[in-house]
Amino acid sequence: MTDTALPSTKTWRPHTRGRLDIRTLLQVSPLWAILLMFLVLPVALIVLVSFWRFSGFTMEPGFVLDHYRDLFRPSTLNLYINTLRIAGITWLITAIIGFTLAYHLTFDLNKPATVTIKFMILTIPFFTSAVIRTVAWVPVLGRNGLVNSSLISLGLIEEPLNFLLYSEFAVILAYVHAMTGIMMAPIFNTMNRIDRSLIEAARDAGANGWQVLRHVVLPLSMPGIAIGSIFVLTLVVGDVATVRLLGGGQLGTVSVAITNQSSLLQFPIACANAVALLAIVLVCIAVILRFVNIRREL
Amino acid sequence: MAAARVTMAAKGRNAVFVVFSIFLYAPFLAIFILAFQGPQGGLNFPLRDPSLHWFHDLIDPRSLSDFRPAIGRSVILALVASAITTIVSLAAGLAFRRRFTGSATLFYLTIGSLVVPSSLVSIGIGIICSMLGIQMTWWGSALGAQLTWTLPFGVLIMLAVFSHFDRSLEEAARDLGANRWQVLRHVTIPVVAPGLFAVALLSFMLSYDEFARTAVVAGSENTLPLELFAFMSLSVSPTIYALGTVTTLLSIGALVIATAVLIRSANRRRAP
Repeated sequence: MTDTALPSTKTWRPHTRGRLDIRTLLQVSPLWAILLMFLVLPVALIVLVSFWRFSGFTMEPGFVLDHYRDLFRPSTLNLYINTLRIAGITWLITAIIGFTLAYHLTFDLNKPATVTIKFMILTIPFFTSAVIRTVAWVPVLGRNGLVNSSLISLGLIEEPLNFLLYSEFAVILAYVHAMTGIMMAPIFNTMNRIDRSLIEAARDAGANGWQVLRHVVLPLSMPGIAIGSIFVLTLVVGDVATVRLLGGGQLGTVSVAITNQSSLLQFPIACANAVALLAIVLVCIAVILRFVNIRREL
Repeated sequence: MAAARVTMAAKGRNAVFVVFSIFLYAPFLAIFILAFQGPQGGLNFPLRDPSLHWFHDLIDPRSLSDFRPAIGRSVILALVASAITTIVSLAAGLAFRRRFTGSATLFYLTIGSLVVPSSLVSIGIGIICSMLGIQMTWWGSALGAQLTWTLPFGVLIMLAVFSHFDRSLEEAARDLGANRWQVLRHVTIPVVAPGLFAVALLSFMLSYDEFARTAVVAGSENTLPLELFAFMSLSVSPTIYALGTVTTLLSIGALVIATAVLIRSANRRRAP
């Protein structure tokens, strides 16, 4: 019913065996070339350079583990703790709100057009400019911003709240703002394919609304939650702009450190951090995929 | 009783939707309004003497915040990125209809391109340029970095479009004597044209607004998001709200058009 509203990739499956003729080769070589040059090669080089020697100004090929040992300094470890804390809080909030909104779109609405419009309302902000989106929080959260002035005029506070802007709070709020839609979309996609007769069967068997949610809808939505979680995790840990603009200079994350180090041409150090960050992300993805089978979603 | 409770829960979820939507659009609304701030007005409410002052400032060559060169670069870059994304996604979409050697690897690599943390792509390309002594430019290294972001979206949309594609149309054309090129030119491309349009529009917007992957690799001349970022750290004036208003409205318009075109074509093909 509602699946006419949005295009879906469900009928396509990755194939493992097959042939390769000239025509196919011509069709896929541009995509291969771009991904090899701008994705595979850069990541491979990051791994390679992370083992190189670095003297403070120049780097030379080698195989040293110094940069990895330096990751365990308290100041550096702190960056990882910050990054994981921010990612974890953002993930939890976006997952809860995203699931609720996906449920609303899937089960509460009758008209496909309403579903489409509400879906777009929720996903559009993700595709707008990250810098503008971030800037837009200044007049809302600032010392003289909308929130503070409203709270003061309501008499709830006497002094403006300073933690609203240029803080970890602001960064997480901006992430929730940008990424709940991208969490909601894959959950919606999965939920939409749940056979409604399963829910009726559970109701007939005496399950109440909460039990249906807990034992039918939630387990069947796990693949979507998994995909959404991977998106949110990688977007948060890879972000630099939001932390720089809203974090207030005090807040350090791994990606901010990586960008700072590479702009100072401290490539081997930046690379060791990048490899560690990638490793953390891959472990998280592996754990998610260990428990949830997303193959059917692809 | 049970029915009433269900309705209550549905109302609750609708309330979550409404509140969350207000949260989503309130910041945009704030800058839309403040973009019309008078010349003496500040970055916050209240709005004093509403005017178009900051929109003029945006394109005033004497102003500190003359964003025109950056806008020009970003538009050219977005056009190129969009053209490449559309063509490459179409080609890949055609190929992915069959099984071929390496199709699974290529598919997972495309997904990988979407989920790799942006800061990694950025410094990885930075290192290549630095090692090979290549000058980093917005039309070179930054274009490559942006394609790792726009292509996954393009390819996924084309996969979805081709999953609804009726291949008997192509067979009919072949039976009537069309060669491969004629089938592609006169049957396949016209049928998937709405999808291609959506890919072109979305990838234009994604490139135009891209910050995370472009940041380190754009070289000395900034794209618009980088220029904005730099401007933010220097001084902030309502010019940035004026620019934000124009950019955001363009983004929203492009997304709505792209989705509408996709849905209309999907519905039309489904109809008997």
